[in-house]
Amino acid sequence: MPQMNLLQAINSALDIAMAENDRALCFGEDVGHFGGVFRATSGLQEKYGKGRCFNTPLVEQGIIGFANGLAAQGSVPIAEIQFADYIFPAFDQIVNEAAKFRYRSGNEFNVGNLTIRTPYGGGIAGGLYHSQSPEAYFAHTPGLKVVVPRNPYQAKGLLLAAIRDKNPVIFFEPKKLYRASVGEVPEEDYQLPIGKAEVVKEGKDISLLAWGAQMEVIEKAAGLAEEAGISCEIIDLRSILPWDADTIANSVLKTGRLLVSQEAPLTSGFASEIAATIQERCFLHLESPIERVCGMDTPYPLALEKEYVADHLKVFEAIKRSVNY
Amino acid sequence: MNSDVYTQGLDVHSPVFIDGHSVDIPILKILKHDGTLFPDAELPNIDEALATKIYETLVFHRVLDERMVASQRQGRLSFYMAALGEEAASVGGAAGLEPQDMIMAQYREQGALMFRGFSLENFMNQMFSNEKDLGKGRQMPIHYGSNELNYMTISSPLATQIPQAAGYAYGQKLQGIDAVTLCYFGEGAASEGDFHAGLNMAAVHNAPVIFFCRNNGYAISTPSAEQYVGNGIASRGVGYGIKTIRIDGNDILAVLKATQLAREYATKEHKPVLIEAMSYRLGAHSTSDDPSGYRTREEEEKWQKHDPVSRMKNWMLANDWWDESREEALTSKYREQVLAAVKVSEKIDKPPVDDLISDVYDEPSQQLTQQLADLKEHIKKYPDAYPFTAGRIK
Repeated sequence: MPQMNLLQAINSALDIAMAENDRALCFGEDVGHFGGVFRATSGLQEKYGKGRCFNTPLVEQGIIGFANGLAAQGSVPIAEIQFADYIFPAFDQIVNEAAKFRYRSGNEFNVGNLTIRTPYGGGIAGGLYHSQSPEAYFAHTPGLKVVVPRNPYQAKGLLLAAIRDKNPVIFFEPKKLYRASVGEVPEEDYQLPIGKAEVVKEGKDISLLAWGAQMEVIEKAAGLAEEAGISCEIIDLRSILPWDADTIANSVLKTGRLLVSQEAPLTSGFASEIAATIQERCFLHLESPIERVCGMDTPYPLALEKEYVADHLKVFEAIKRSVNY
Repeated sequence: MNSDVYTQGLDVHSPVFIDGHSVDIPILKILKHDGTLFPDAELPNIDEALATKIYETLVFHRVLDERMVASQRQGRLSFYMAALGEEAASVGGAAGLEPQDMIMAQYREQGALMFRGFSLENFMNQMFSNEKDLGKGRQMPIHYGSNELNYMTISSPLATQIPQAAGYAYGQKLQGIDAVTLCYFGEGAASEGDFHAGLNMAAVHNAPVIFFCRNNGYAISTPSAEQYVGNGIASRGVGYGIKTIRIDGNDILAVLKATQLAREYATKEHKPVLIEAMSYRLGAHSTSDDPSGYRTREEEEKWQKHDPVSRMKNWMLANDWWDESREEALTSKYREQVLAAVKVSEKIDKPPVDDLISDVYDEPSQQLTQQLADLKEHIKKYPDAYPFTAGRIK
């Protein structure tokens, strides 16, 4: 099986989607001949033409508005927002339009063919505006699906599922891992399920839950914990919306402890939603309070990024706190 | 020519500022107020059958608006938006299209939907949010939509349909079908970011979309003079490199002519067109609005003389295509039909409680299914508090 980095895996998924359906289009800022600032769309314009892979003007609300129209018309738009930090001008087109298109029309119309790809997250010295993890804003919007892959294999299978899903999907790509994460990825077509978490490693003392680039952090912390004699179950949520509460609850019923870690700030992050649901479903089985290890409630810093982030040591400390409660 | 490859124009060597109003924009007028034609006027493609269909739609529009405003006053309906004085823009626009063309409207263009044959029952069921509403009772009155008639469901947020129309039309072009998208909006909505985003996207990507601005002088209470200081909305089309025309929006023949030509251009050249139709909102913004607080009766009376419906009627009479007895008979027939339809629709049940969660996704998520089950248990416990649904839960 070939080795791919996360960008190559995304590019492979886009290539398959465009080859199988001539109504699939990729567009966004610098997405055309240049192949995107991260090169996720490299070679697609050459292969499928300027009509199907193209640059857009610098206007995020225009990109997503245009994509909504295409999707309503029956095309399969795969729109790129260059950084998740810049998705907010398109917030109305996503939250008030894409998410409600089917519902408000009584299913006369829908934009289920829409996929929005956008790089998110920190760890690249990007400061306030090239580091954010805005998934929780969108997780508060019925009608959207929100997906975050953790490695190249996951990225390809989940992106193909997102493109073919009959609902609008926001696909957050961990840009820190674009080139850093390399793994075996099949050349051929395959899909991974949206809305299903994955137990990456079984354990018995505590359940550790994260998504995207934060998976590496909890895996590293689990290594430290194992050395200290603590057995960790590691789960990748994969889909933020809809999310797989059953898999998490079943794990916590077994371990009695839960730690959720996210890059985004603590307050009102998706970890809080998970904590609320799991305490409701597993109250009498919990041995300790659910731990949330998150970014601080500040804008994303630059010089002090190392101090700010929810790193493996903060996660390790929280694991010990939970186990020794 | 200049040395700057990004723009067009001459090089100069002393400063030349371009005045903000330097673009002269003519306004197309074909039909005079008395129903006669301007001597040199170029007529649209129209025959007696089309003219009659357009005029009968206008008559129906007036009747429906009048009866529904009255129904709202009687407390039978929560909300309504009439289009008094502006009916030519919506009916004439639709008449200039083919049935396969998509219409993406703002909210005051029910005339286009009437022209396409949306049934009176469909109008009523939407307004009364009952279980027969195509939109399943989810949106406030007048938010119509019909897949069958290629009329996109109305969305309250302003101008969001403008970049969507660009995308929709681009998809039509890529598919190689003989269809365009017509996108309605008001001069107030043209201040929204989505207007600028949509026009630029359409221009850059050569989307066959007709942007149809209804400049009716007011955005709720805000007059055009407080909305913009440029030369209307048409001047912006020039800025985006879009073929643009300004017309008398109360002249149905000018609306029809401009739309027919715009459609021909959009389909042949695969490019957008902007039409700015100058009109006046003779009525209130909605039944929740009272214009007497922000404009004078004299102003309204002046515009009543520009009424698009009586103008077309005079032309129809002069052509011997219409007469007063037909008008009276048709008006009373429509009034009876509307009154009868109100009585039927207002008694139809609300949508079933299951429609709370349908269409959020193509299939309800596990969370939604659970929330609905919990709700049903709750309703069964307190049936008197939920009279519309309690008796219908299995």
